Amino acid sequence: MALPMTKATLEVAAGSATPFADQTSARAKTQTLFPLEVRGLCFDAGGRRLIDNLDLTLSASGTTMIMGPNGAGKSVFFRLIHGLLQPSSGSINWAGKLPSEAVRRKQALVFQKPVLLRRSVAENVDFVLRTIGSQSVEQREQLLDRVGLLSLSKQPARLLSGGEQQRLSLARALALNPEVLLLDEPTASLDPASVMKIEQIVADAVSHGVKVIFITHDLGQARRLASDVVFLHRGKVAEHAPAETFFECPDSEAVRDFLAGRIVL
Amino acid sequence: MQDFAESFRLAFALVSSGDGNLLEIIALSLRVSFSAMFLSCAIGLALGSLVAVARFPGRTAVIVLFNTMMGLPPVVVGLLVYLVLSRAGPLGIFGLLYTPTAMIIAQTILITPIIAALSRQIIEDLFDEYDEFFRSLAVPVWQAMGAVLWDARYSLITVALAGFGRAIAEVGAVMIVGGNIDHLTRVMTTAIALETSKGDLALALALGIVLLTISMTVNALALTLRSSAAKQAYA
Repeated sequence: MALPMTKATLEVAAGSATPFADQTSARAKTQTLFPLEVRGLCFDAGGRRLIDNLDLTLSASGTTMIMGPNGAGKSVFFRLIHGLLQPSSGSINWAGKLPSEAVRRKQALVFQKPVLLRRSVAENVDFVLRTIGSQSVEQREQLLDRVGLLSLSKQPARLLSGGEQQRLSLARALALNPEVLLLDEPTASLDPASVMKIEQIVADAVSHGVKVIFITHDLGQARRLASDVVFLHRGKVAEHAPAETFFECPDSEAVRDFLAGRIVL
Repeated sequence: MQDFAESFRLAFALVSSGDGNLLEIIALSLRVSFSAMFLSCAIGLALGSLVAVARFPGRTAVIVLFNTMMGLPPVVVGLLVYLVLSRAGPLGIFGLLYTPTAMIIAQTILITPIIAALSRQIIEDLFDEYDEFFRSLAVPVWQAMGAVLWDARYSLITVALAGFGRAIAEVGAVMIVGGNIDHLTRVMTTAIALETSKGDLALALALGIVLLTISMTVNALALTLRSSAAKQAYA
């Protein structure tokens, strides 16, 4: 039986799972990092301009989907706003603050290719919990339960399937109790069941006030999760619009081509 | 062929009889080489970690130097240590020449570059893999290094055992600084050299077989560790 995945089903599923309900911090988060204001951002590498005079403002609520063809600069943009890369020029301000270590500690980044420590599932979560001064076994078990990995807690992390590895990455990210969750194609190459589990966790986080910024190539996923969509093309913002506007009446030719299934170079 | 058969018989007889002299030589060989290995690990792992993580002018030259020094000729090391520890040398006042300590120093100098060079490569590779994750978490460098060393522990143990293998099989340096003195500085390799020069090839080969057995045991141990790590997907 096919299970249609819609925004509503994800919200219902997220509500029933309520992983955040187990946490003492279950109340909605207070956002201290928004608006995110990016002005004239440029980034050059290897003699190429990967981000080209990019301007963008993001608000605190909902899920912002970042879309665009390969090489559009999506992952580089993530690394820049998270402070892992230094811009060649331009500015990034999280509510007036530069992307410093202090700002980074309020965010969590899940990489497209999970970076897992050569340890067990439980020890991977423990490592992250220790960085925030927690050694709570209960907290670790709640997190693993939340992502459906509790029964695999003693398994070596690198023996998990692709979907399980991404869920472990998400558990580690949530262990930080972040205000902002940056997800770099966390569902790329995963089967629909794994995609649905990850989307439920994301929807749950959003419902508890976590701002999610999500890179995806999957139009269906963008329709299910997006509050607003940013379309990057050749290192610039081709379009930034509320989800409905983006999908129903896009402004730019690149987005119209993309939505029509034509190849955007 | 007769020599080989005789050697195996003699080696077995020597070991099974619990010959005191042989056991003394084996014990000293192990003591000297394990001590050198532990000292080299302390120095080499620290140097390897530093060069793996730090970025400084001349870093590439240091890496080339480490790699080049992996092939240090033992007799040259022996000669240098001899000059430093001899009565006229800068450390002559300590009277260390022709003692097991001098042999440990020589072997430490010989295998430290091996430990440093190989561990640098392992640590750097793993650190690069974890780098963005650590920076994303704003993990302090000491904590990041601790995590990398822990996660690379099986590979690093193999490096230490490789250093031990080089130390226990070495003859030139320990011969020069130890002097192959019976009941004091005679180890397996120097004993083999002595018996060969005396023409007692069977005994020399018997000692060689014992040495090979120890080396094989160490290598088997390394292999077991590696496969155990692979089974746990830690490698």
